Amino acid sequence: MSDALTAPRATLDAGAPMVELRGISRRFEKKLDFAGKIARRLGAPVREEIVHAVDNVDLTIRKGEVVGLVGESGCGKSTLGRMVAGILPPSDGTILRDGIDVLRLSSAEAREINLRTQMIFQDPYASLNPRMRVSDIIGEAPLVHGLVTRAGYDAYVDEQMRRAGLDPGFKRRYPHQFSGGQRQRIGIARALAVKPDFIVCDEAVAALDVSIQAQILNLFMRLRTELDLTYLFISHDLGVVEHLSDRVVIMYLGRVVEEAPSETAFARPNHPYTQSLLASVPRIEGRKRAFSVVMGEIPSPLNPPPGCHFHPRCPHAMERCKTEKPELKEVAPGQRSACHLNDGAW
Amino acid sequence: MAVPTLEVRNLRTHFFTRAGVVKAVDDVSFTVGRGKVLGLVGESGSGKSVTGFSIIGLVDPPGRVVGGQILFQGRDLARISEEEMRDLRGNRIAMIFQDPMMTLNPVLRVDTQMIETVLAHKKVSKEEARQRARDALGMVGIPSPDERLKSYPHQFSGGMRQRVAIAIALLHEPDLIVADEPTTALDVTIQGQILAEVQKLAATTGTSLIWITHDLSVVAGLADDIAVMYAGRIVEKGDVSDVLDTPLHPYTSGLIGSVPSRNRRGEPLRQIPGMTPSLLNLVPGCAFRSRCPRAAGACLAEPEIRELIPGREVRCFHPMNEAPEQAA
Repeated sequence: MSDALTAPRATLDAGAPMVELRGISRRFEKKLDFAGKIARRLGAPVREEIVHAVDNVDLTIRKGEVVGLVGESGCGKSTLGRMVAGILPPSDGTILRDGIDVLRLSSAEAREINLRTQMIFQDPYASLNPRMRVSDIIGEAPLVHGLVTRAGYDAYVDEQMRRAGLDPGFKRRYPHQFSGGQRQRIGIARALAVKPDFIVCDEAVAALDVSIQAQILNLFMRLRTELDLTYLFISHDLGVVEHLSDRVVIMYLGRVVEEAPSETAFARPNHPYTQSLLASVPRIEGRKRAFSVVMGEIPSPLNPPPGCHFHPRCPHAMERCKTEKPELKEVAPGQRSACHLNDGAW
Repeated sequence: MAVPTLEVRNLRTHFFTRAGVVKAVDDVSFTVGRGKVLGLVGESGSGKSVTGFSIIGLVDPPGRVVGGQILFQGRDLARISEEEMRDLRGNRIAMIFQDPMMTLNPVLRVDTQMIETVLAHKKVSKEEARQRARDALGMVGIPSPDERLKSYPHQFSGGMRQRVAIAIALLHEPDLIVADEPTTALDVTIQGQILAEVQKLAATTGTSLIWITHDLSVVAGLADDIAVMYAGRIVEKGDVSDVLDTPLHPYTSGLIGSVPSRNRRGEPLRQIPGMTPSLLNLVPGCAFRSRCPRAAGACLAEPEIRELIPGREVRCFHPMNEAPEQAA
């Protein structure tokens, strides 16, 4: 069992890039209303409000890899995940899927390529249509896309359900007749039914109880080896990400601040934000101890601080951090960090 | 320490629904000493929140406390009138909810709400009440409390709102605070800040705390004692370190084992099979039986909670410190 699970790790380096993001940004604009436009005409200092949810991110995900995307609320991790999954178009930048520029494809070609990326959502209560039977939730897409014929439909749905750990005898039921963990399994079966090779999981276990969470995480790992899947695993739970991922990407206010292999990121975090994030996580091994404290709160993405976004909370902030945006630079093999502190040592 | 702050004895809170009686809390007993923190841990539907609501007298129909005693400084809260309870609630006993907007009124300024709370239980001038509110905000680490008093709840971030809710709970320096998943919805860095504040407060003011959560890791760092609930019952309780280091109940052991940091990276997590049973049609006997690796014939009967080792209680026929019985 453990051999089967460690096998893909060994071949990791050989993996060709499956998804490449180059300079991806996403801005959300709040347009001025009528009164606002008039006020501006009259010289009032009003502007459209722009949120840079994702700001110039480069990211490569190789075949067979599990990449963990970590950050606190509002850091842009879900927005990034949605762009990778093809649900949300980026404002700027290029997305390459197996070397093909997805954004330049015709809609028919894009649909075909997007089918190979599927997404699993946080809330299994909200992401399943309550009026559809489980068999239709799982079987509709493969039928529409011609992956299965009417004749083979029932057998196909049964197979998908069994693979996700569901009893095919329940396929005539509706989502409300299932528990949270089972609903998440339905979501997984639905995603896998169209034979994707890349899965984006957005907080896929966050709503589940601890004992159920372990079951679903184990299912993810089993499916990875069985179906040779690649994952982008978005989560705020560092314990889960550490357990599952080969590589970790840490975001703060729309930017990637650090990227490293899991062992390195958790053993030798470079960026001060990563360090404080790791120090804040309560550990079951920790007993009656003083909780370490990161000062302050995440600033509003509407008006992020200039220079390094983290400088108002950073214990090592210098004058330079307030004006100059640090670039992501390699600090150790495979580990990249966006911090001015590294310039002195390297 | 003669009389503990809170002593709950054989508490039963049942919900009389159309589909049948739900025994949400069934025979729950525990003690919280002065200045101590009890972690009440369990998964959804285990009855941990209902236990908290029962203590503070906020169980709504069809739910009702049907048995047992809730001795708060020797007084049985299950037997006192609603008026007496109202006098205690918010004054000597306070509650913090997962969602701070359950405490805060969105259309009133924070100062209005806090001063009202002070005046509800103390005969002081409005100015003194404002002073008290400002001190409480300062105590939970809210910067420039004077300005923040004039804000509305929506002008605060999630973490700040929870701090305001905690500050309101602290206004009368209560002897007991019941906190129901107060940091679950918050980011880790904010959670860390709030846990640090709470820890400091419990240590300095002598307030006792019941911290209800599903997160064993939070309890590990915060609590003195831990009580683990499953299907309306406490299955194990004891000192935090003892329980987490050497769990006696198979359920506690399974829960701890399924925490990712307790497993080797990349290997399958140890998991508890199956799912939590519905409280509506609990089969007689041990409720954990169908998911338990150590279950045997004896488990068809109801296990009583017993003190296995001094200070360690467990509700199990086959605790982890004994060799498993051969399945019949």
